[in-house]
Amino acid sequence: MGAQALQFVAAGLTAGSIYALVALGFSIVFNASKVINFAQGEFVMIGGMAAASLSAAGAPLAVALPLAIVVAAAIGLLLEKLTIERAGRADVTTLIIITIGASIFLRGIAQLVWGKGIRSLPPLTGDRPIELGGVTILPQSLWVLGATLVIVAALSWFFGRTRLGHAMLATSHNRLAAQLVGIDVRLVLFASFGLAAALGAIAGVLIAPIAFTSYDAGVMLGLKGFAAAILGGLGNFHAAIVGGLVLGLLESLGAGFVSSAYKDAISFVVILAVLFVRPDGLLGVLRSERV
Amino acid sequence: MDSSASSAASVSSLAGAPALPRGLLRGRPGLVLLAVAVLAVPLLSPNAYVLDVAILVALNAIVCVGLNVLIGYAGQISLGHAGFFALGAYGSALLAARYHWPTTLALATATAGVALLAFVVGRPILRLKGHYLAMATLGLGVIVSIVIATEDGITGGPDGMAVPPLAIAGVALQGERVWYGIVGAALLAAVWLSTNLIASPIGRSLRALHTSELAAEVAGVDTARQKLMAFVVSAVFAAFAGGLAAFYAGFVTPAKASFLHSIELVTMVVFGGMASTFGAVVGAAVLTVLPQLLTSLRDYEMVVFGAVLMATMIFLPRGVVPTLAALWRRWRS
Repeated sequence: MGAQALQFVAAGLTAGSIYALVALGFSIVFNASKVINFAQGEFVMIGGMAAASLSAAGAPLAVALPLAIVVAAAIGLLLEKLTIERAGRADVTTLIIITIGASIFLRGIAQLVWGKGIRSLPPLTGDRPIELGGVTILPQSLWVLGATLVIVAALSWFFGRTRLGHAMLATSHNRLAAQLVGIDVRLVLFASFGLAAALGAIAGVLIAPIAFTSYDAGVMLGLKGFAAAILGGLGNFHAAIVGGLVLGLLESLGAGFVSSAYKDAISFVVILAVLFVRPDGLLGVLRSERV
Repeated sequence: MDSSASSAASVSSLAGAPALPRGLLRGRPGLVLLAVAVLAVPLLSPNAYVLDVAILVALNAIVCVGLNVLIGYAGQISLGHAGFFALGAYGSALLAARYHWPTTLALATATAGVALLAFVVGRPILRLKGHYLAMATLGLGVIVSIVIATEDGITGGPDGMAVPPLAIAGVALQGERVWYGIVGAALLAAVWLSTNLIASPIGRSLRALHTSELAAEVAGVDTARQKLMAFVVSAVFAAFAGGLAAFYAGFVTPAKASFLHSIELVTMVVFGGMASTFGAVVGAAVLTVLPQLLTSLRDYEMVVFGAVLMATMIFLPRGVVPTLAALWRRWRS
């Protein structure tokens, strides 16, 4: 029983890390614009599909994975430049609908380029399960966990130590004040979309060897990432990670101990319950409204 | 940005409050125009395919007119209305097919059941704001869709279930012409109801709370109650349209409950123009007809649909009807 629970925890942390990376993308774009980017899931898909097709074409993984991430980031930057920036001062709802349009558009493009079939990506280091204290774990799961740790560290450094990172943080706290001290908030928004897309694509290339990928794989992963970001508390760096891991564990333990058909329903029931008690997410700070 | 409201007296004229549609679209003339449009369709093109698409347009428009009261006027987002639509559809279908209730009674009961559900879950959910509210409604919709897809002993699961035809006084209503009459009348009734609601004091307090919930509350608006009312109204419209859709198609599938269907409904409202009842109708019409026109493009369908959606929102940021109405007013003056 104990070993079984540990097994579920390991699976939950793996999925949770992926959700955390996607949720970070949601939070970063939200911080720059207050917009929920519904195209975020498509970048997960683009990362996975691009890596799978590059690898199938004979590219070694060391080339295919970084290239796929760069492709996705470039598409994220283009999306911001061609649509969000053009919409200018349109309100948040309008911008959200634009990202919904973008997600349909990107899914359509993916379907044209890669077809409707399911694709797989070989794991980074073999697929022989490793025995670890009574738990069998796929080497790819260790890659997922390790890579997530590295990315979290890198993002901490980026937001804590670099000029652009500081500018992004400042903009998230108060856009107008950031503008007044000379921060280029348009550049921040542009960079945010690129960074969010890259994070999504990293999640995509990490999960593709475990879960396969297809042109419409981004819908579900985007939804989970959004749920994770909200569960933790939107716009907060640590909250996205906590939300992702909690969601992954909920799903895995719910599927293992309660019902696999209802695993997603269980997660959403818990999320609703959490929001009823803490309306701004687990780590959210209750803000007062100024009139 | 915080909006400023210093006194209670200014609540009805707060800056940025969605204004009542003016000019061509004010109250009755708009309704007359819509009635003419509804009547014109079968006269201009009575073929079954056109009527079938027109029926789908009208059903979506009913949902959107209700959803617009919630999103456009009360300013509360919902990403879960496909759940209410599906509950109306499955509720009607189950009562009629499994329990052999009279179909009209099944439709009325399912709609009332959804109203009750929306009333019960609405209160805690509507305490949430913005994206958290979006998440909660989304979660509600996802839960409904999972239950429908999983409980295959009752709902038929992913395969869906058959629905008997709608019958009034023992006469089964079938065929596109009859159904077009039914949903056309239902749409006009829905628009009439919602324009009346919005022009009433309730509508005014909804608009006030859209601008600033706190200011509206200070001015004496029972915001929790008003939000709940808008939520229940929108759920009832969705459930009723869902029930009608089930009887018309003779079949229901879990796809109607999907997250993507909820997104589609919100997109129609924003596309047509928030806080514009006729915008909701136009949004539903354009986004229902467009995929039908694009089927000939086959693999390019999604690309073109996504591009049209993005371009429209970039160039007509307030939605089709309000942006064009503003341009029309500027051109006239």
